[in-house]
Amino acid sequence: MKAKFLVPLALFLVLVGFLAFGLRLDPREVPSPLIDKPAPAFSLARLDDNSQRFGLEEMRGQVWLLNVWASWCVACRQEHPVLVDLARRQVVPVVGLNYKEVRGDGAIDARRLAPEQELAMAVERARGWLSAHGDPYKLSVLDLDGRVGIDFGVYGVPETFLIDQRGSVRYKHIGPITPESLEKVLLPKIEELKRAG
Amino acid sequence: MIPELGHFALVLALVIALVQAVVPLLGAHRNRLALMAVGRPAALGQFLFTGFSFACLTWAFVVNDFSVEYVAMHSNTATPLIYRITAVWGSHEGSLLLWALTLSLWTVAVAVFSRNLPEAFVARVLGTLGWIAVGFLAFMLVTSNPFTRLIPGAAEGRDLNPLLQDPGMIIHPPLLYMGYVGFSVAFAFAIAALLTGRLDAAWARWSRPWTTAAWVFLTAGIALGSGWAYYELGWGGWWFWDPVENASFMPWLLGTALIHSLAVTEKRGAFRSWTVLLAIGAFSLSLLGTFLVRSGVLTSVHAFATDPRRGLFILAFLVAVIGVSLLLYAWRAPKLAGGGSFAFVSRDTALLGNNVLLSVVSASVLLGTLYPLFLDALGLGKLSVGPPYFEAVFVPLMTPVVVLMMFGPFLRWKGDELMPALRRVAPAFVASILIGLGTAFAVGHVSWRTVLGLALAAWVVLASLQLLATRLRERAGASAASRLATIPAAWWGMWLAHLGVGIFIIGVTMVGSLENNLDVKMKEGERVEFSGYTLLFRGVQDAPGPNFAAARANLELFRGDVDIGTLQPEKRIYLAQQMPMTEAALDVGLFRDVYVSLGEQLEDGSWIVSLHYKPFISWIWAGCVLMALGGILAAADRRYRRLAERRLPAAAVQAA
Repeated sequence: MKAKFLVPLALFLVLVGFLAFGLRLDPREVPSPLIDKPAPAFSLARLDDNSQRFGLEEMRGQVWLLNVWASWCVACRQEHPVLVDLARRQVVPVVGLNYKEVRGDGAIDARRLAPEQELAMAVERARGWLSAHGDPYKLSVLDLDGRVGIDFGVYGVPETFLIDQRGSVRYKHIGPITPESLEKVLLPKIEELKRAG
Repeated sequence: MIPELGHFALVLALVIALVQAVVPLLGAHRNRLALMAVGRPAALGQFLFTGFSFACLTWAFVVNDFSVEYVAMHSNTATPLIYRITAVWGSHEGSLLLWALTLSLWTVAVAVFSRNLPEAFVARVLGTLGWIAVGFLAFMLVTSNPFTRLIPGAAEGRDLNPLLQDPGMIIHPPLLYMGYVGFSVAFAFAIAALLTGRLDAAWARWSRPWTTAAWVFLTAGIALGSGWAYYELGWGGWWFWDPVENASFMPWLLGTALIHSLAVTEKRGAFRSWTVLLAIGAFSLSLLGTFLVRSGVLTSVHAFATDPRRGLFILAFLVAVIGVSLLLYAWRAPKLAGGGSFAFVSRDTALLGNNVLLSVVSASVLLGTLYPLFLDALGLGKLSVGPPYFEAVFVPLMTPVVVLMMFGPFLRWKGDELMPALRRVAPAFVASILIGLGTAFAVGHVSWRTVLGLALAAWVVLASLQLLATRLRERAGASAASRLATIPAAWWGMWLAHLGVGIFIIGVTMVGSLENNLDVKMKEGERVEFSGYTLLFRGVQDAPGPNFAAARANLELFRGDVDIGTLQPEKRIYLAQQMPMTEAALDVGLFRDVYVSLGEQLEDGSWIVSLHYKPFISWIWAGCVLMALGGILAAADRRYRRLAERRLPAAAVQAA
């Protein structure tokens, strides 16, 4: 048996090791260092009216969700009907953080755009998307360069942060919210926070 | 009762598969003809019982038996009959049953069409296929029984995922599985060859038509899946580098390398251990794809309902199948080295180069697909790998593949002189670059990607024409017709498949460079100008379907003053799951598609309409069709049958 003919087997066994480890992980579960810490402060332009800004302090005293989305995000389309349904039930206000609307889209070369062009383009795309798929948000804010996303530790879109009355992050949901995860995880946590507050 | 019969038939199929896995291999080992002869009837029995089981599940769907959990989860009394039938493979359990059925079908095909192969060899092939069947049937019975009862039965079912209620979905999974599972035959041939230590030109010749047939199915299956994504998902994309797409693409890449490697092994006796490794690799990647999709290790838009127990079972199965075969490879392959030698400049080298490149591409796709998992396992954080990575890797690696693919056929086997060969193709090569530049200027989109794509496509087309002309000049005396007639089907297959790659590149490049997209708000009677077309919005009507409510828009499409036709995109709500769906409407053309999808209605009564202009997009699938047709021609070449017949006496002697 020559050593070089064992290489494929060795590579395969390494792969199996990773796969076995992968079985024990939930790819949707990411520990966030922000849990039980104050949410990073921000002040961003609102999607519906760019001249107005929105920040954390406006939500103080309420339990609310910050949902990170973008029109280029495929999984957001999957999640969206769940959010629309949630908004209809008026359980909890949802604020949309529109994340890198233009720069995040690989099809557009954002470096060529002037800031005001980027803003106009983002507004047009984001509004178009919301009017096409329904708008579940109390309001959305525009994080064009993704800085607030970095502060929040956004890995991928969509992500959803549950924030309590004092402005602390209490839970982070990675990936699209499914009807199941909404009923089993998010809604119970929201109820608990509301009762506690 | 019928579901229980189906369940029982599945158990019997497992028992027969176990017999098929053990007895013929034992017979081959001890050289007992009687034991070897068990393989064929066992293969047939396994097929009949799996087929019966499949029919039972189909029947449960046809008669709306909602006391079967799988039926209740994926069907509804209002679901049209055709989609109740395709719902059989609409989810995890049923699609496994389809997998098992496909495997038994391939096994029977091998059993029937292998009369002229040595008995011991057939016994080993059928035994290997038997072990794979055992694994899949056991997996189904232990973790994923489609016949599990729901007691008490549901009054109404939940309906099939609306995304899957589409004609494309009727044949996409069966074709894809025929491809995936078809590589199990090449795999079994490779294992049998390792077991016997006989790995020669004859072995390659037996393997070739089977491997090519599986490759044809896989090509067609992937193309159909991408076409389905294009018109059904409603945003006009055709490939997303999603883990599940990658899971089908990796075996395709290695399978492509394998059919070429087999050609060299047959013609020149070279690359033998490499060919065997590719055969093991292509099937291993098919199995790995199954694992990735069903274990929940990666997130994907295609993911089936996941269950760690299933993941563990498939992983154990992967280790058994792939681990054992790679161990066998490590033990036996060193004895296979050798084969014809060849010079650096030769067709052999060109083929080897492309084989290596295709394997590297396949490995890069695997790396990109699993990278999030690697990082996560090593505690380095979480991320996702998107299309930019895959495109950045894919384009530079595939460019030399395409160049070599057309240069290789101009070289002689074993050895050739570089300068004359280069001189032969230089005019076509230079012309291609000029055509690439010229066309990019003409369409007004000069980026390196457009120029590269168009130049490569031109290179494929020009070199194909030159190759055909060269071939026709070979027999100078004969008439043109007789010269055409003497070209074997396999040659036409190669020529057509390579030309298909060129057509495919044209489609990809043109869509990538010139596509256009516009989201507009439209009211009844309004017009919009878009990419040289005018669309007139004629309003929206209700158009109820069997299991959905729909709003159907009417848009008239004009080019100048010419009325091209009416497009009717729909917005549907599937009633059982209250799931909204967009049905796009397309005006399909040879040089462009106009693609319209309907968004939400706004408060003032107008609608959001999404318009896409997709130049040359049908060429993507036309290219795939040519590749598949090429594969069919190659697999059907008379040579395989003739040689098989000629071989008959020798084989009979060997068997005796």
